[in-house]
Amino acid sequence: MIARKLSRRGAQPLARRISQAPSPFVAYATPWAAVALASIMPCWPLVAMAPVMPPLGFMSLLAWRQVRPGLLPIWAGLPLGLVDDLFSGQPFGCAIFLWTLTLITLEIIEARFPWRNFITDWLVASLFLLAYLAACVGFNQHGVPADIMPPWAYIGVQMGLTVIAYPMVGRVVGWIDRWRLTRFRVVG
Amino acid sequence: MVPPGNRRSTYSRRALNNIFFGYVAAGAILLGGGGLALASYASPESFGGLRVLASDMVQPVAKLAAQGRAGLGQTFANLQAYATWGPENERLKREVAIGRVKAVELAAAQQENKRLQAMLQLGEVSPKPIAYGWLVASSSGSTRRYATISVGSNQGVQTGMPVRTAMGLIGRVLEVGRISARVLMITDAQSVVPVRRASDGLPAFATGKGDGTLQLRLLTLGINPLKPGDAFVTSGSGGLYWPDTPIAVVSSLTRDGAIARVLGDPAVSETVAVYPAWSPTQDATLPPPAEDVTPPKPAAKAKAQ
Repeated sequence: MIARKLSRRGAQPLARRISQAPSPFVAYATPWAAVALASIMPCWPLVAMAPVMPPLGFMSLLAWRQVRPGLLPIWAGLPLGLVDDLFSGQPFGCAIFLWTLTLITLEIIEARFPWRNFITDWLVASLFLLAYLAACVGFNQHGVPADIMPPWAYIGVQMGLTVIAYPMVGRVVGWIDRWRLTRFRVVG
Repeated sequence: MVPPGNRRSTYSRRALNNIFFGYVAAGAILLGGGGLALASYASPESFGGLRVLASDMVQPVAKLAAQGRAGLGQTFANLQAYATWGPENERLKREVAIGRVKAVELAAAQQENKRLQAMLQLGEVSPKPIAYGWLVASSSGSTRRYATISVGSNQGVQTGMPVRTAMGLIGRVLEVGRISARVLMITDAQSVVPVRRASDGLPAFATGKGDGTLQLRLLTLGINPLKPGDAFVTSGSGGLYWPDTPIAVVSSLTRDGAIARVLGDPAVSETVAVYPAWSPTQDATLPPPAEDVTPPKPAAKAKAQ
């Protein structure tokens, strides 16, 4: 029964899992690469005239943090936020600051409320995402003429899309997490 | 589900130190990140080198994505055309018939224009593009409007050069890498373009609103003379943007100006042309500046009396 369970869980049958182990490099490098890639990719699919794309980099950071607490260290906002800052169009340092603030706050929240399920995870992540998008708009208001308001109609749509898309990002992160621990290295 | 509770319940001095220094590092990064953001307010060009290095690194993949995007758009357009080809064909035939007559008239007018220009000894006014490139990426998640193009200093692109599509102005080059460049689009809230109404030269400033439209501000006060449908072109005053590049059409009026729709919508045009920056003082087509006039001396004036 255990054998059946195991073979259903992974793509590989049990016989091929014996004496094999996940590669430590892949296991540790994957979350970093996945978040960096999620920061870079949203620039490509369309040349947009208004803010519409969800902040995929920040969403995948939150998802990794919730799927695997403790895998990304608390200082992960420095390298990952730096990559995001290079591509997002925000003022440099914005993502480093906001991502680190998020990781610290999440740590505090987790210590206070350790019990989690799908709904609370989504709720907490939604609050962080909305606050992040609003903060990004605030960062960009510096130097803008006083009578030019941020395009709130588009930002509202972007916020809605972001909240709805978050569980899907979490699911994709879950798939990547399972692939990350695939046993393809032969031991001994 | 409870998160792993192994964060502090250990007697290992090393593990505890790791946790402690992690928090110290996070606090330092928080302060440092805020400092970097303030620094990039003070001088927005700082860290531009890092940014273009990064966009140079991903340029080949981004270009491939842009070409795929263009191909996909073309496929959809072809499929859509199958549904509407009948009436479209009729309409186009009528337009071609009218267009042929217009083309003959235009050729005559151009000939006359050339003759008149030769009489006045005017040179060629329209600029030659420096490079053609793909519009490969944009800051699609941010309220700032930047785009990345697939040409850089290797192709002769320099900071400040205007970028346009066949339809109209897109923006100007802000930071240049070797094979890519970052463009500040005219729809960004920090971009200001001097424009004038195409019909009568009424001057205005076009500021981006961040949502694909422009806010037009008139230089003259009084009754708002704009109407929906008015076309605006760049005026070229202050240099940088060449005069008479189409930029926007008025869509609705405001108290002291209008909201205008951008003509060169980058969402529908994937290829762009980079033009040399225009500087009015080096333009051979303009008449030379008037010579300095010295006021007559009072002594000479007295002698004349």
